[in-house]
Amino acid sequence: MRQLRACLSITLVLFVLTCVVYPTLVTAAAQLGFSERANGSLVMRDGKVVGSALIGQTFADEGAHPEYLWGRPSAASDVAVTSDGASPLVVTYSGGSNYGPLHPALADEIAARVALLRATGVEGPIPVDLVTKSASGLDPHVSPASAAIQIARIAKARRTTRERVEAIVAAHTEGRTLGLLGEPRVDVLAVNLTLDRELPMTGKEPTP
Amino acid sequence: MSPRYLALVVVFFLVVALVAWPLGRLLDRVMAGENHMSRRLFGPVERVVYRFAGVDPAKEQDWKQYLSAILLFSFVTQLVTYAMLRFQDRLPLNPAKLAGVAPWLAYDTAVSFTTNTNWQSYGGETTMSTFSQLGALASHNFFSAGVGICVAIALIRGLARKETTNLGNFWVDLVRVHLYVLVPLCVVYALFLVSQGVVQNFLPATSWTTLDGGTQTIVQGPVASQEAIKMLGTNGGGFYNANSAHPFENPTPLSNFVQMVSIFAIPGALCVTLGERVKSRAHGISVFLAMTVLSVLAMLVVGHFEQRGTPILASQGLDLSFSSVAPGGNMEGKELRFGIADSSLFVVVTTDASCGAVNSMHDSLTPLGGLVAILNMQLGEIVFGGVGTGMYGMIVYVAIAVFLSGLMIGRTPELLGKKLDSRDVRFASLYVLVPSVLILGFTALALTTDVGRAGIMNVAATDAAAPWKPHPHGLSEVLYAYSSAVGNNGSAFAGLTAYSTDHPVFYSLTLGLAMFLGRFVPITAAMALAGNLAKKKISPPGPGSFPAHGPLFVGLLVAVILVVGALTFFPVLCFGPIVEHAMLAAAR
Amino acid sequence: MSSTSSSSSSSRTEASSSPSIFSSTILRPALADAFRKLDPRVMVKNPVMFVVEVGAIVVTILFAFGLARGQVRSPKLDLQILVWLWFTVLFANFAEAVAEGRGKAQAATLRKMRTTTSARRLREGETSDAEGEMVAATDLRRGERVKVLAGEIVPADGEIIQGIATVDESAITGESAPVVREAGGDRSAVTGGTRVLSDWLVIEIRQDPGGGFIDRMIALVEGSQRQKTPNEIALTILLAALTIVFLVAVATLVPFARFFGGELGIASLVALLVCLIPTTIGGLLSAIGIAGMDRLVQKNVIATSGRAVEAAGDIDVLMLDKTGTITYGSRQAAELVPAPGVTLDELAEVARLASLADETPEGKSIVALAEKLGAKAPSPEGAIFVPFTAQTRMSGVDVGERVLRKGAGDAVKRHVAAFGGVIDRALELEIERIAKEGGTPLVVADGKRALGVVYLKDTVKPGMRERLDRLRAMSIRTVMITGDNPLTAKKIAEEAGVDDFLAEATPETKLAYIEKMQEGGRLVAMTGDGTNDAPALAKADVGVAMNTGTQAAKEAGNMVDLDSDPTKLIEIVEIGKQLLMTRGALTTFSVANDVAKYFSILPAMLTGLVAFQAVSGAPSSSLYWALNVMRLGTPGSAILSAVIFNALVIVALIPLALRGVSYRPLGAAALLRRNLFLYGAGGVVLPFAAIKAIDLLVNALHLA
Repeated sequence: MRQLRACLSITLVLFVLTCVVYPTLVTAAAQLGFSERANGSLVMRDGKVVGSALIGQTFADEGAHPEYLWGRPSAASDVAVTSDGASPLVVTYSGGSNYGPLHPALADEIAARVALLRATGVEGPIPVDLVTKSASGLDPHVSPASAAIQIARIAKARRTTRERVEAIVAAHTEGRTLGLLGEPRVDVLAVNLTLDRELPMTGKEPTP
Repeated sequence: MSPRYLALVVVFFLVVALVAWPLGRLLDRVMAGENHMSRRLFGPVERVVYRFAGVDPAKEQDWKQYLSAILLFSFVTQLVTYAMLRFQDRLPLNPAKLAGVAPWLAYDTAVSFTTNTNWQSYGGETTMSTFSQLGALASHNFFSAGVGICVAIALIRGLARKETTNLGNFWVDLVRVHLYVLVPLCVVYALFLVSQGVVQNFLPATSWTTLDGGTQTIVQGPVASQEAIKMLGTNGGGFYNANSAHPFENPTPLSNFVQMVSIFAIPGALCVTLGERVKSRAHGISVFLAMTVLSVLAMLVVGHFEQRGTPILASQGLDLSFSSVAPGGNMEGKELRFGIADSSLFVVVTTDASCGAVNSMHDSLTPLGGLVAILNMQLGEIVFGGVGTGMYGMIVYVAIAVFLSGLMIGRTPELLGKKLDSRDVRFASLYVLVPSVLILGFTALALTTDVGRAGIMNVAATDAAAPWKPHPHGLSEVLYAYSSAVGNNGSAFAGLTAYSTDHPVFYSLTLGLAMFLGRFVPITAAMALAGNLAKKKISPPGPGSFPAHGPLFVGLLVAVILVVGALTFFPVLCFGPIVEHAMLAAAR
Repeated sequence: MSSTSSSSSSSRTEASSSPSIFSSTILRPALADAFRKLDPRVMVKNPVMFVVEVGAIVVTILFAFGLARGQVRSPKLDLQILVWLWFTVLFANFAEAVAEGRGKAQAATLRKMRTTTSARRLREGETSDAEGEMVAATDLRRGERVKVLAGEIVPADGEIIQGIATVDESAITGESAPVVREAGGDRSAVTGGTRVLSDWLVIEIRQDPGGGFIDRMIALVEGSQRQKTPNEIALTILLAALTIVFLVAVATLVPFARFFGGELGIASLVALLVCLIPTTIGGLLSAIGIAGMDRLVQKNVIATSGRAVEAAGDIDVLMLDKTGTITYGSRQAAELVPAPGVTLDELAEVARLASLADETPEGKSIVALAEKLGAKAPSPEGAIFVPFTAQTRMSGVDVGERVLRKGAGDAVKRHVAAFGGVIDRALELEIERIAKEGGTPLVVADGKRALGVVYLKDTVKPGMRERLDRLRAMSIRTVMITGDNPLTAKKIAEEAGVDDFLAEATPETKLAYIEKMQEGGRLVAMTGDGTNDAPALAKADVGVAMNTGTQAAKEAGNMVDLDSDPTKLIEIVEIGKQLLMTRGALTTFSVANDVAKYFSILPAMLTGLVAFQAVSGAPSSSLYWALNVMRLGTPGSAILSAVIFNALVIVALIPLALRGVSYRPLGAAALLRRNLFLYGAGGVVLPFAAIKAIDLLVNALHLA
């Protein structure tokens, strides 16, 4: 009986501590100190949210958008969550392919992606990151090598020189943190927004 | 293996050691009630809590009382969590108006979080309201970690004390570990994560129109506060389905590094606490080194095979080489900002420790990379292991190693001056035996039942109409699930569908049982061992007794752990990853 | 075959000399016993081997049924596996039977001694004059009195309450010289089975039938009452846990194989299981225990329990009685110190003459020392011996008018003063020095001249230092117990090389010292023989009573050394350590063997599964050769070779199990490193080579 009283009281105290005091404290401090980051590092264009600096975007039909830098393939999906019925909320459900190395679909999908890239004139070895799906499906980066093999295509689509595109890509390329952590990476959304701003598409349709 | 990887491994362990040293000493003082600095700050709160709860902090418990308090606390909080999940639709902070969690899923999840497993048969963003994430789940991230630390401390007391039945007071230990260690650390840690870009708000999901006109809707919430304890408490249950691969949970390589360090922080610190309490720093350091050796071995294997990639990838004309402009290797299921190196390291860290957070998809690992992840969990989550659980599990293995070495030098085995008797060996055997039997038994059960096989994703053919063909990787998925559940890890070969509306019961029930038994049978064995050890005298070390430190001890401990684990699971691993590896080689 | 690393010089009796393991008198009955022990009711006591037997039975039954229905895929291979499974069980039983057989051979000799003894029982109130009634020795009860005449055998263990006699104890100790036994004092105990040679004794029986030494010895060597020791129980638990783990690991292979649409043959499954569970140690465990007790008996030590033997291996502190143990117990002349102006030769001559007629040990030792120094003058004619008296406190001879004396300092001082002489100042200082060092100064005088002083001291037995050093090498602290004052005790302690001493010891201080040590977590052994040692013997973790000691001492201790050699503990400790080490080494070896067995059996099993070929498209043989790192001939021969190795290794290790792993006092770390290398690393490597060799043979003979 003594144990039960101790148990219930201490459970209550700890719930208050860990579920009320702690998150409230952290949220308050986060909102005061880092409000932009605490709220999703959202990226605005023309007063509208066009994405998050941290979240990668995919193109439903990449072939239709040679003018953009393509990110990595994604296994994220849109899932309708149960709501009260009126307007079902569809959220982006993060996740990877979960293909084992011998999964037949893995080879098939990579082959398709390779074919797509080859069709845009890519020759030679293709960096593996550009054809494999990320863990989150929301990977915002590609490797500099993967960006490099797309530059010719983007320059052509935007009717500009490779150098200008290269410069934009380089401006949004980040090295390893402290020279050790992580991989050199190109921020795909930032590159694409900069491309649109600095090298806007003049014609309605670029030459395919 | 890239040179960056080797450097990363070295730097990683240096930082872990740097963090573990002061943290371990702090833990030791806090649990002994000797921390004067923070006590001045929170001491009055502590006293009020005890008065409110009717707990006399000076009154210690024997192992049975301590254990029953643990079981009672775990049961009560599990019940509360179950209720919160079931009725989240009627509770506040549900901006997406999510329905209540289905009964079996709620049961599975409640057990999962109570046992520090954090196996998730659901995707967080589509299932859990903010209230559930905070109240039902994040709370357990603290509680289960706290319980683990308490058991470890009780067992350490059993080693350090002599001729007593007192092992401390669970309620006091629990309050202190929260008040002085877990919550303060998490506040600082969470704010660091926010500074890296982890979200922390109470906003509803945010939608935007993408460049090609599509829509992205990302769920928001108090992620950073949950993330901090998720890592520090080796819980691993993500706010989002993609867990620490999700950019909102783990945005930068730096946040990733700190997350990895924080997984090993408390398990590593407890080695220091052990050394301090039993007055043998050399012993604590030796245990730490044994863990490090096992961990580094695993890291080398995973790093090698992940960086090498697979023949399937190589045959497609892909560039798998590591360079300054591309990570290369097996990038399927890995984030670019982490590459092969930070992902491989994370794989080992999260499975060594019973964390289970993932920053890459383990299902897509190479066969032998995946084998290491599975074996890490099957070793009993003792290589650093869960918060607390790793320490008490390791002490059990130390006891076994010492038992064998004692026999081999012709002396009744002594563990830190305590002569081991048949009761100690019985509890240690139970500790090792039960998880092995559970993992193999449940895996066998799932593979022989239709409903068990239905959850498997990696089969030989994708064509649904084609005849169902078994695949070693499918066996690995199931084996991984039960190894993870019994080891209270929580990570997954996520291709396995452990919960669906068609088959809600089988995996929920069996994984729930596996997690429950995998948690509480070892806790019971560890507490019984603590009680038995505390009663004994302490013999002074002499030239004839084998010292529980030094290279020979570390080597012996590593060998015992590897041999026991490898011998038990080698056959089943042959049927999964090893055959898969041979097949992959043949596919060349 | 029974030799250990011991250097004991104790003589062996006929009864305890051990026959060779390979003598046919032991092997033949052992073979029969190996089959008799197949009884599951017996087997179940050994969980590991019980599993093997059950496996063998299951395979046999299924094989028989399968054969009857013609469903056995590879009858030749299955039959061979089956045979070797039974061999595995039989070999283990055989090991145990051989160990027991050796004990039985000893017991048989002992038992002969016991059978025909009869005794003269004295009724209540009868005195020693009575003849007593003749009864069988086995009818005697504790507390009854018997009379034993010359030529008769002592019917049971007891205490002499009347009489004095010479007793032949060779049956027990192997020492052929008769010993004197008398009522009262520390030599009052007699052992059943010994023979009275002269005079008569009245003995009070101290043991009920079956509880005597010989009975205990028989029970011990036969292993009939063998109880498992604490460490053996602990090890059995660990082995049982390992067995369960492997049982589950192998049993679950069936569903795993079925998952791939394959079936694993029951014979190969049982083969894998038997190879994995620790059969090597499981099969030899009880043989090791029996052989350990057997070795102890060979050392002429009787232990009341195996627990005590095991505890002996853990001893931290050994307490030794000084008198009669470390020293001869009588003072011996160690040094002659001449007075100024006197030569050593003159002093030696006179000291010798003064002692020639002295029959005391002191006197004899002075003669011996003087002769060693060169004194050899013949005993002069007409010398008159003047014996020691309490009044004069001197002794010596009168040769003509020469008055030669030796005696205590002050007595001789008075003596020479009477002649008008004085003792030189330098000599007085010498006398003081000797006294201070714990020795006894004996001043030698010729008339009025004090010639010098004989340094008498308690002499440490030769070889004692080496024995004590050996104990130290085993990390055992030695503590000398003595009634002497601390100064004397310290001197002797230094000389003998003991680590510590307990001076002015009383039964209470001995007990307190032991308790203090035990408080600190140390295990204490004590050797003693006197009745006043009994409480300490009882309190010590290992109490070794000397067989020459009192009955009280023997009953208080948990071991009796028939040779009454106080440093016998060295051998006892070694046997205790060997017991544990042999178990530990074979456990490690057994588990280490599994690695190679996995690599031989699992590829063979996996290859049998068609499903993998269906998935991978690779042919069966290529998969086998990818996994078959040992390059064994065929899947069948791989399994068979592993099973054969597993069975043969038990037989191969029987000599080691009986002899014990050799113990070397190296210190814990060095010892562990050595044994880990031999039995751990060796246990991993050896089976790879052995299985490969067997496989070559199996393939050469086309057995599989």
